[in-house]
Amino acid sequence: MAIRYHSDDVLPGSRIRVVQFLLAAAFLVLVLALWQLQILHQRHWKQLARDNRVRTEPIPAPRGRILDRRGRVLVGNYASFSALLVRQEEPHWRADLPAIAAGLHLDLAQLQQRLRRQESTPTYQPILLKDNITPADVAFIDSHRDQFPELETMTISRRLYPSDGYAAQVLGYVGEATPADMAHYHVAAGTLVGKSGLEAYYNKWLMGKDGLRRVMVNSRGQVMGHLPGVPPTPGHDLRTTLDATLQNAAEEAMGDRPGAVVALNPQNGQVLAMVSTPAYNANDFTFGITEKEWRALLDNPDHPLLNKAIQAELAPGSMFKIIVAVAGLEEGIAQHQVVDCKGGATFYGHYYKCWVPTGHGITNLAKALTQSCDVFFYTLGNKLGIQTIAHYAKALGLGRRTGVDLPGEEPGLIPTPAWKQRRFHQPWWNGQTIIVSIGQGPIETTPLQIAHTIGGIAIGGTFMRPHLAFNGEVPAADHPPNHAPKEFTFPLSAQVVSAVDAGLRGVVLPGGTAATAEIPGLDWGGKTGTAQTVSDTTFKHLGRKLRRRFMDNAWFVALYPLQNPTLAICVLYQHGSESYYAANIASQVVAAYARERRKRQNTIAARLRHALGATPRHWALVAPPPPPARRSAPSQP
Amino acid sequence: MSRWRDLDWIALGLALLIACIGILEIHGATVGTKFAGIYVKQIYFLVAGVVLLFVVSRIDYQLLLDAAPWLYLLSVGALGLVLVVGRAIFHSRRWIPLGPLHLQVSELVKLVIIVVVARYFAGTRNALPGFRDAIRIGLLVGVPMLLVLAEPDLGTALTYLPVAAMGLWLGGLRWRHFAILGLLGLMVLPLAWRHMHPYQKARLESFLRPQADPLGTGYQLLQSKIAVGSGGLWGTGAAHGSQTRGAFLPVPQTDFIFAAYAEQYGFLGGIALLFLYLLLLMRLIQDAQSAPDRGGGLLIMGVVAVLAFHVLVNVGMAVGVMPVTGIPLPLMSSGGSSLLFTFAALGVAMNVRMSRFVNS
Repeated sequence: MAIRYHSDDVLPGSRIRVVQFLLAAAFLVLVLALWQLQILHQRHWKQLARDNRVRTEPIPAPRGRILDRRGRVLVGNYASFSALLVRQEEPHWRADLPAIAAGLHLDLAQLQQRLRRQESTPTYQPILLKDNITPADVAFIDSHRDQFPELETMTISRRLYPSDGYAAQVLGYVGEATPADMAHYHVAAGTLVGKSGLEAYYNKWLMGKDGLRRVMVNSRGQVMGHLPGVPPTPGHDLRTTLDATLQNAAEEAMGDRPGAVVALNPQNGQVLAMVSTPAYNANDFTFGITEKEWRALLDNPDHPLLNKAIQAELAPGSMFKIIVAVAGLEEGIAQHQVVDCKGGATFYGHYYKCWVPTGHGITNLAKALTQSCDVFFYTLGNKLGIQTIAHYAKALGLGRRTGVDLPGEEPGLIPTPAWKQRRFHQPWWNGQTIIVSIGQGPIETTPLQIAHTIGGIAIGGTFMRPHLAFNGEVPAADHPPNHAPKEFTFPLSAQVVSAVDAGLRGVVLPGGTAATAEIPGLDWGGKTGTAQTVSDTTFKHLGRKLRRRFMDNAWFVALYPLQNPTLAICVLYQHGSESYYAANIASQVVAAYARERRKRQNTIAARLRHALGATPRHWALVAPPPPPARRSAPSQP
Repeated sequence: MSRWRDLDWIALGLALLIACIGILEIHGATVGTKFAGIYVKQIYFLVAGVVLLFVVSRIDYQLLLDAAPWLYLLSVGALGLVLVVGRAIFHSRRWIPLGPLHLQVSELVKLVIIVVVARYFAGTRNALPGFRDAIRIGLLVGVPMLLVLAEPDLGTALTYLPVAAMGLWLGGLRWRHFAILGLLGLMVLPLAWRHMHPYQKARLESFLRPQADPLGTGYQLLQSKIAVGSGGLWGTGAAHGSQTRGAFLPVPQTDFIFAAYAEQYGFLGGIALLFLYLLLLMRLIQDAQSAPDRGGGLLIMGVVAVLAFHVLVNVGMAVGVMPVTGIPLPLMSSGGSSLLFTFAALGVAMNVRMSRFVNS
């Protein structure tokens, strides 16, 4: 019944063969594609498959501690909890943000801003929401695991600083790495790096190396297993030359007065104490300081963020007379100079007052130092001339950075005619020489420079580079290059040194400018300095409030013991007005140092006596402490 | 009955072998997921498919060719119905609720298109077909194609094209005309681009530049290539593919079943499977050549065109030489409509083969 559709007509064979050929060719293309994927580029795709399922997370390495010279912990670590946002866990985390911000007591706008900044980080990398969360926050996260699966907690090792601002600017603080830090230290975003002080200078040594945690995940980021990771390498401890006891004494002596204290051992350059006031609580920086707190620190007229010991460039006042005295002695003038101070003298047609209006009378070098006679040094400076003064000042270490191992040290300034020409395009006036001779005018020094230079003079002209890390304990690769010489000399004869010493001893004895600072029975000395911050005439026109702000800076430089000292101290009390205030601060530090030394000597002596009379094993008690942990040799892994 | 001997047992054996591999792979790819156990359903469909094959092979293909116009009208009507009442599943209206089964009408229409095209070119003519025939075929195939496109189901709609092309080719359209039609088709592409859905554009873009958005649209393609590539020569072994097990590979039991298979059985397993498909297709072509008449041969070649298109596009997508179009791998992909269509189509081919010795 059905109509046959031309049963005798068959399909054209040639066209069938074309179809067969095309089919075979197409399948060959597929086989070639398979060959390329599975055989040629197999490794590439296998690696991608591994990357797919293996998630690596950094394990932050604990930073090394910062210790004082006897191993007392100045900066340590503690464990804290952080709240993390795991974006892979819940793709709709954005909708949960308001609830999360409320639950964790975070500012929603600030939180969103922070998340926007981290937009480009891969989604498998968790984002830090809040540091150092409270037990209440931990409870919030635990109780909302079902509702907010994207919330996680993590334990992190955190920096713990002395909370009262103790040595704050010296120790520094850490913060999240900036793009520049990330490039410089080769670290990932979010890593904590040193931002200032020792934390910044010795960051590489302290930092350690982050470890890796590797987990197997599925496409939804759920953890399906663990793979062997890399444990973190903790950072090295930094043993500093600081003496916690002396630092404490200096901190207490300064109290809340603005200024700085530096105490160092001129024999080896070790910095024993360094204070800059007012200070800040470095712990505030660990978790990100608020905008308001940061502004308050920046706007504080007393500059708490500055380390004034190395960054305050101020006129040294009468302390500079020591340098002029050394120059005068070396030039063979000062030994024989005697002036009759009548409360002032005229040079180049201008009358220059001495600080004692009634005058010092007949005055030689020792008396001039002890009582800080200006007329004596006007005369001496005038004879020497600015070039000679500047030559000695620079040769003794002023006007350039000491090379201390801290970031941001300032060089200070020793004026010369050439400098004035360059800076102001004006010739030098001889009257300026008179002013510079007593440490006023366009001359700037830092407290550290003063301690370094005066300490070096007192030991006969050897100037050791001040430092806070023991020489050689930190490999050169782990701190910025330091081009300042380890030491330099400007040999001074014993006569010169003793002539200066004689003057300095009298300062802290009755009749001296810092008689109030006398410590009975202690052979020490120093030099006061009072430096104007504005000229006398300007000061007269200031209102009462402003006068306090522009009162003279009080300075004191101290040496102990006077013969071949092991302690040089410089105290800056800003707007302290009377230099003996600064001297009183210095005397407290010197007293603390002497007390400590006596105590240690007594203990050692007692142990020695005991040991000598007993079995040899007691010698162990006086043996030096074990060497600090050193970085392993490069040949070792 | 002697006619059972004439059934193409080789083709049936190949089809069953591939379907069994498919069931194993569906099981391997879904174990431990929410789709676990879906392979059981696939076994039922396979049994149903084989039954369907035997039933269809009993229907004289001449009857089918006779009924072509009616089948065609019925199809267009059904496709229209789907658009109106079809269930919105996955944002597309492809299924008609039919008892417990959801019938994907466009799959059945494929069969009708094969019959219609075969019927059109089956008759002897005085002259070779020309542009006029091309336009007619274009209209005949174009109407249901547009209806399927409106569902929207680009992948299935495209499978109608190779049937038309195969008909024109074997019908005797000149080389030159074929080439001109091809060029015209290329020129229409930009127009088509304007009417494409955003997700379709994104798929095409990600095919051209897969690295541009590896976590977005390019994700499926990239994950598929990772799965295939990490299989290597020998494969990761059954149930060990991390791409499949870790759920990185999307829908490993349907559209990307070849990627899941290639990850687990490697290059050797991959070419073995491709060889099985090629053997099946070549065997069908052989049947077409020995068909008793032009109509029967065209029917089988229509089936070959559809199956070959499916295999080439699906595997091509898995290995990254074709854009993602979401068409299943015949006999392997999980899903009843596709499996039933394939066995029905094979049934038609069987009937043609069985008719070759019969003279009535």
